[in-house]
Amino acid sequence: MLRTFFAVLRRDLLLAWRGRADVMVTLAFFVIVVCLFPFGVGAEPNLLRAIAPGVLWVAALLACLLSLHRLFAQDYADGTLEQLLLSSEPAVLWVLAKVLAFWLTTGLPVVAVAPGLALLLDLEQGALPVLVLSLALGTPILALLGAVGAALTLGVRGGGMLLALLILPLFVPVLIFGAGAVEAEASGTGAVAHLLLLGGGLAGALALAPLACAASLRISTE
Amino acid sequence: MNSSPRGPSLLRFAAPQNFYPLAGRMAPWFAAIAVVLTLAGLWLAFFVAPVDATQGNVYRVIFIHVPAAWMSMFIYLVMAFWSAVGLIMNTRLSFVMSQALAPTGAMFCFVALLTGALWGRPTWGAYWVWDARLTSQLLLLFLYFGFIALTRAIEDPRRGDRAGAIIALVGAVNVPVIYFSVKWWNTLHQGASVSLTKAPSMATTMLVGMLVMAFASWAYTLAVTLWRVRPMILERERHTEWVGAVLDREGARS
Repeated sequence: MLRTFFAVLRRDLLLAWRGRADVMVTLAFFVIVVCLFPFGVGAEPNLLRAIAPGVLWVAALLACLLSLHRLFAQDYADGTLEQLLLSSEPAVLWVLAKVLAFWLTTGLPVVAVAPGLALLLDLEQGALPVLVLSLALGTPILALLGAVGAALTLGVRGGGMLLALLILPLFVPVLIFGAGAVEAEASGTGAVAHLLLLGGGLAGALALAPLACAASLRISTE
Repeated sequence: MNSSPRGPSLLRFAAPQNFYPLAGRMAPWFAAIAVVLTLAGLWLAFFVAPVDATQGNVYRVIFIHVPAAWMSMFIYLVMAFWSAVGLIMNTRLSFVMSQALAPTGAMFCFVALLTGALWGRPTWGAYWVWDARLTSQLLLLFLYFGFIALTRAIEDPRRGDRAGAIIALVGAVNVPVIYFSVKWWNTLHQGASVSLTKAPSMATTMLVGMLVMAFASWAYTLAVTLWRVRPMILERERHTEWVGAVLDREGARS
């Protein structure tokens, strides 16, 4: 069973590596969205410092949303998805592998560059570890929930907009607790409660989202 | 497919050709009940209920606001229930029910937000605040939009049914969050004014008026949903003989 998991993970990572440009576009989008805010709201350092947690989190969320449609689209188009569903391997397992590969190629780079961008917005230095931790806990939840939406909208006309409409309301709690953690740390009240809630959310999503996603893929390909 | 009733079991109404005439017979009754209860409720609300000691007449919006907010959450849970039934037992009629309920739920959700905004302006001094309950209610509206958009965007009805059912179940997680948001986060929106476990904190006529309006909303929802289910059933069952017979009969009458 684990062999399937690692085989799918390896294949998806390899495919992502061969198409590096896609991954770089997501990352560039994240950087540019964050850099738009000083132009939009003015470059006053106090203001930027205050909005930095929210800006970074919203940008990370949008970057994730923008790349989500790629999660199953290619496998759906070339028939790989159908083969995987027909195989005797448990769908939950390879769905999880695909989501993990997706997070490693889009979520992890975002987590990695976020501290650098935080410095551009003059975020409190002490809050940087919490920013990284909250994104590291939160972006996998986004990927897991988003995978359900991506599976449901496979091959539907206007799928991209529909995916956003379906999935953004579900992303909001993650955004609240993620940005809340950074904000709480920066203002000195401590981020433990927020981080624990994010961790709980991740555990719940890990348990339930792959099931819903596997069921959605079956519906979309039948 | 057997159109004659098989025993006294209620389950026979799970068959579309039995449910279709039943829905047609019940919808006018529920509509009538809704009209009567609404008139009674509005009369209680505007002429009988006393002026509130602290809020004056502004509070009267609760007679619409509270039932609408209740219904918006309740309807989503009913949708999730029918979705689960549909996925587990593979009954197609339950998917039709949840899709027929969605527009009414979205309408009540919008009404709750709108009346809340109109009440908030004189009371809180703002049409909108980013309070936990208001925000989660707004998210509920988006969940309704997402459900409606997804089920309408997928052309194959079987796929649309099941995809909608999954998103309804995933979104149902939000409903308890809305309901408990007032307790979990102590924010601007007041707590529940009606409780099953303690004595009501408002005048009896206010409570009665609100409950009458709540039952009126139930009756309205039932009437509209049953009305909306009928053409959906006809469209999905159009290849069957009984639909042909129904269309012949109704065509001959008009």
